[in-house]
Amino acid sequence: MSTKSKSIESKTDFNQDERLKKVSNLKILLNRPELGALGGAILVFIFFGIVAGDTGMFSAYGILNFLDVSANLGIIAIAAAMLMIGGEFDLSIGSMIGFAGICIAIPAIYWGWPLWMSIIFAFSMAVLVGYFNGILVVRTGLPSFIVTLAMLFILRGATLALTRLITGRTQVPGLRVLIENDPIAWIFATDSFKWVFTWLGSMNLIALRTDGTPLATGIPPSVIWFIALAILTTWILMKTRYGNWIFASGGDKNGANNVGVPVGRVKISLFIGTAVAATIFATIQVLDAGSADTMRGTLKELEAIAAAVVGGCLLTGGYGSAIGAAFGAIIFGTVSMGIFYTDVDTDWFKVFLGAMMLIAVIFNNYIRRKVTESK
Amino acid sequence: MSDYLVQFNNISKFFGKVIALKDVTMKLRKGEIMCLLGDNGAGKSTLIKTLAGVHKPDEGEIIFEGEKIVFDSPKDALDIGIATVYQDLALVPLMSVTRNFFMGREPLKGPPFLKTFDIEKANKIAAERMGQIGIDVRDPSQAVGTMSGGERQCLAISRAIYFGAKVLVLDEPTSALGVHQASVVLKYIVKAASQGLAVILITHNVHHAYPVGNSFTVLNRGKSLGTYEKKDISREKLLSMMAGGEELDKLEVELKEMNRISS
Repeated sequence: MSTKSKSIESKTDFNQDERLKKVSNLKILLNRPELGALGGAILVFIFFGIVAGDTGMFSAYGILNFLDVSANLGIIAIAAAMLMIGGEFDLSIGSMIGFAGICIAIPAIYWGWPLWMSIIFAFSMAVLVGYFNGILVVRTGLPSFIVTLAMLFILRGATLALTRLITGRTQVPGLRVLIENDPIAWIFATDSFKWVFTWLGSMNLIALRTDGTPLATGIPPSVIWFIALAILTTWILMKTRYGNWIFASGGDKNGANNVGVPVGRVKISLFIGTAVAATIFATIQVLDAGSADTMRGTLKELEAIAAAVVGGCLLTGGYGSAIGAAFGAIIFGTVSMGIFYTDVDTDWFKVFLGAMMLIAVIFNNYIRRKVTESK
Repeated sequence: MSDYLVQFNNISKFFGKVIALKDVTMKLRKGEIMCLLGDNGAGKSTLIKTLAGVHKPDEGEIIFEGEKIVFDSPKDALDIGIATVYQDLALVPLMSVTRNFFMGREPLKGPPFLKTFDIEKANKIAAERMGQIGIDVRDPSQAVGTMSGGERQCLAISRAIYFGAKVLVLDEPTSALGVHQASVVLKYIVKAASQGLAVILITHNVHHAYPVGNSFTVLNRGKSLGTYEKKDISREKLLSMMAGGEELDKLEVELKEMNRISS
């Protein structure tokens, strides 16, 4: 509303004012943390549109494929971004994914628990791990980098050791049969909007299998979770008191404390957030694969942080956006899948990932200087 | 003596064997600016923290609006209306003016359990309040990092007043500022006092303190050298008291000696 009325006003003004206003609008846009990631995502789509436009990458099946990969990464990247804005890191996300996976599989397969109870158990463990990470960082004042690095090893080691102790192996298969009729599992295992795809298939608008069902059966649960989380976290950051506290805790811990922000509680809740996001990731993957693997999620914490950084989060905290991290995840997901549709050797993906992150850090640093620089 | 808003009577604070403060007494009326002067190590920081409720005094009493009170935490001091603006200002440069202004005390709207941060209201109040000081915040969503040091100081003070400060404790508000910026901040402090606040201005800069203060308390090595009304003391006398007069006298003699030799 206000911008509208302003632009009407400025029409009557003389030329110079018009020009000044345009510059300030551009500056506002440039100051948004997610701008880089949004631009990057658009570039990536244009690139693959040109290079791989006719390969099936942009068929319904292809799109869902790279969206699924993006969404999985995005779920943990968004949580990692929230924590980074709050001024901390969590390197134990990847290990938490493996740990959560066996927390679901072992009780369900070996102890005879119903699947829904195992899932609730896994989420309870996630809250505990996140709380422990958080309280350790808040109480000791140690860098979260070190504390959660320790947790990375502890959780992965415990996952391996416990699984081998209980099952005698490192993989727990046999979950698929339990999904049927479970009151909770469908939240993590059901494709949505199937009727749309059936309809599209019946109209011959998308590719079909030989039996006449569409190749792409529905929107995978990861994508639904990803979109829901992106909306929820962006709303929290922009529109709630808790969101303001997250920015304040990451921006200046002491200052925030002095004006009454419960910095410790905010940080602990964000650590719980990353552990819970890792468990959402794990639940979706375990139910999709029908098995849990102790090595699942290895190095995912670094990919999540990379996506958050590409999304505009500063390593020093206090600045960034959840939607930016979502775009960051889309960039990585799209490139990691899209590269199969090109002639480029897939080995180059990691090179791209690293280069992208480096560019993002340099860009973010520049933006931060711009934002904080005095008149 | 009920016409005093706040009285700090014979405040002492010990850290083990170290006597950080001894028998410091300060009394303030509404609308008064008391300048607390002292050189480095005079005990200013300890006194501020005692006023703010961070430290509990080992001896002495604090009387606020005629009642004796004890602070268990900085929050207690804040709740009754003693607000301290520290040197770091408790501002986050990367956050907007509005988000800083309402940090920790955000106005809310909406139904219970779905209450959201009322940004429109917050923007309006922040712009209004800054406008009253003469700082034109065209865009309250601009980052505090883009503001000058003086403007930041004014923002921090204005925030404390908005949230109900009756006694304002300012820790070196002008130390990091140039002459012009400092005068803007001092002007604002006088204006705040004229609206009925009691201000304790802590500084080591007599030139900043003297024009605005109604009374002056000089702190030296943890002890108060007394409180003086403005009419009873000159700027020069204050300066020499702060530095521990003798030392300056000695310096003067030495300088004369040097001049005599070189000429």
